[in-house]
Amino acid sequence: MSLHTAHALASQLADGTTTAVALANEYLERIARTEPTLHSFVTVMRAEALAAAEASDARRAAGKPLSRFDGVPIAIKDNMITRGTRTTCSSRILENFVPPYDGTVVGKLRAAGLVPIGKTNLDEFAMGSSTENSAFGRSKNPWNPDLVPGGSSGGSATCVAGGQAPWSLGSDTGGSIRQPASFCGLVGFKPTYGRVSRYGLVAFASSLDQIGPMTLDVEDTAELLSIISGHDPLDSTSANIAVPDYAAELREGSLAGKRIARPREFFTGEGMDPEVTAIVEATTEKLRSLGAEIVDVSMPHLQYSVSCYYLVATAEASSNLARFDGAQYGFRAADTKNIVEMFSRTRAQGFGPEVKRRIMIGTHALSAGFYDAFYVKALKVRTLIKQDYDKALAQADLILAPTSPFPAFAAGARSADPLAMYLCDIFTLSLNLAGYCGLNLPAGYTSAGLPVGIQLFAGAFEETKLLQAAWQLEQSIGVVGTRVPALASV
Amino acid sequence: MALSAKDVEHVALLSRLELGPEETRKFTDELTKIFTYVEQLDQLDVSGVPPTAHPLPMKDVFREDVVRTPLSNSEALSNAPEKEDGCFRVPQIV
Repeated sequence: MSLHTAHALASQLADGTTTAVALANEYLERIARTEPTLHSFVTVMRAEALAAAEASDARRAAGKPLSRFDGVPIAIKDNMITRGTRTTCSSRILENFVPPYDGTVVGKLRAAGLVPIGKTNLDEFAMGSSTENSAFGRSKNPWNPDLVPGGSSGGSATCVAGGQAPWSLGSDTGGSIRQPASFCGLVGFKPTYGRVSRYGLVAFASSLDQIGPMTLDVEDTAELLSIISGHDPLDSTSANIAVPDYAAELREGSLAGKRIARPREFFTGEGMDPEVTAIVEATTEKLRSLGAEIVDVSMPHLQYSVSCYYLVATAEASSNLARFDGAQYGFRAADTKNIVEMFSRTRAQGFGPEVKRRIMIGTHALSAGFYDAFYVKALKVRTLIKQDYDKALAQADLILAPTSPFPAFAAGARSADPLAMYLCDIFTLSLNLAGYCGLNLPAGYTSAGLPVGIQLFAGAFEETKLLQAAWQLEQSIGVVGTRVPALASV
Repeated sequence: MALSAKDVEHVALLSRLELGPEETRKFTDELTKIFTYVEQLDQLDVSGVPPTAHPLPMKDVFREDVVRTPLSNSEALSNAPEKEDGCFRVPQIV
């Protein structure tokens, strides 16, 4: 078994060597075979996928495909609402919620003719770094099922790395696309805040959340980003900026003469797995050999990003998740005497421990007497972190960073200590606080054969520059397709 | 900062989360640990630093005020745990 990129499948569809129905059947069959091991999905959309694939083949036969990718399957993280298909956020509180409408991005996938094949597992409400917080069981890393796939977009990573879907969508609030991409050997992209509509993405932290692609190579990321980006009148925070054809411009860049900042606070080695450090150093050398100039910079407030993030994100979450009260949709606790008891018991029974913990942290940080000391203070530190980014990006085109201090870890290894889990995200959180774009690019393997990624960041709406640099680096590293996870060859 | 069980009970009430005694004890420990960690922010002098609540410089976003087709009553109620006469039904409020 080899893994197929979406652009390769698009070529096969164009030259008639496969059909959308054949592809849907192939992936559904692989899902049936490997899902007991991987557990990538909350819901497999078998009937819907086959119907959508038939419609796609009919369009193509009539010479009217909706896009080059018409008929290519895609998996969608289960926090993006899909009309007629339940959307759970991997939470008991939404276990049977069937949305009556599509989120904007889901609508864009359908408008391009893509075939949604399933809703992927996540840490409940995207809160976690290992996908162990799902109410429906953890997803397993295709490189070694004893290990976590990262999170919160764990299922979106395992399905692509495990050959159950050619590409997927995740969401990234503090690293939830990039960290699982690193743990599973994928390209994972967090767009600039506002690049992609959040309408129909179940809100976790509204000033941080962005939807983005998880793919086997940079080209697929560029293609999928063009499909999902754009202004949306239904999301007042979406930016009214033209969407380039990212893939068409992909090969036009060069790393020669590019200035790449290395924030020294990210390269102290403290808490880092030495093998990850070695891969990041080798990548730095690779960039140099491609003609890039590595610039040493200081971003002194990065060390505060975990504290800042876990106040801002939880404060926003505590307000966003107030809507889950059992009144209008979702789970409702039985036999309650009055409305407050119904709210409190519904939420107690419907939410898992990590979601409760974050609601509690955020509520405390926003409560009378603590608002200025915690929430407002965190917002001021957020300004300092953003200023660090602006200063670094004034001296350089891109920023280089590790993605995770370590490769995929064993299930259960960090779940007992919430703070230890939060510290996993030390290299990814600050990008969301600043609002800029970044990606994980597979950069090498540990001696145990586990993938390790690195991050590149760019400024607001500089996706083209970022993708061009990543593509150049990818050609040089040549990781894609060189190894396939153990569980993808089942 | 250390949170007491009483603090945690207050936050749980504000959060509309019914907690058992074991959960209260666990959250008291965990929240104390987390709020002690975030006190590292006190090392910074942030006087004169403006807060950033939102990453993009956006304000006053308008759209055309046009009538769109809303969800029908039955679609809006399609996930209701309990309904009656086209409305959401809930336990006694007052």
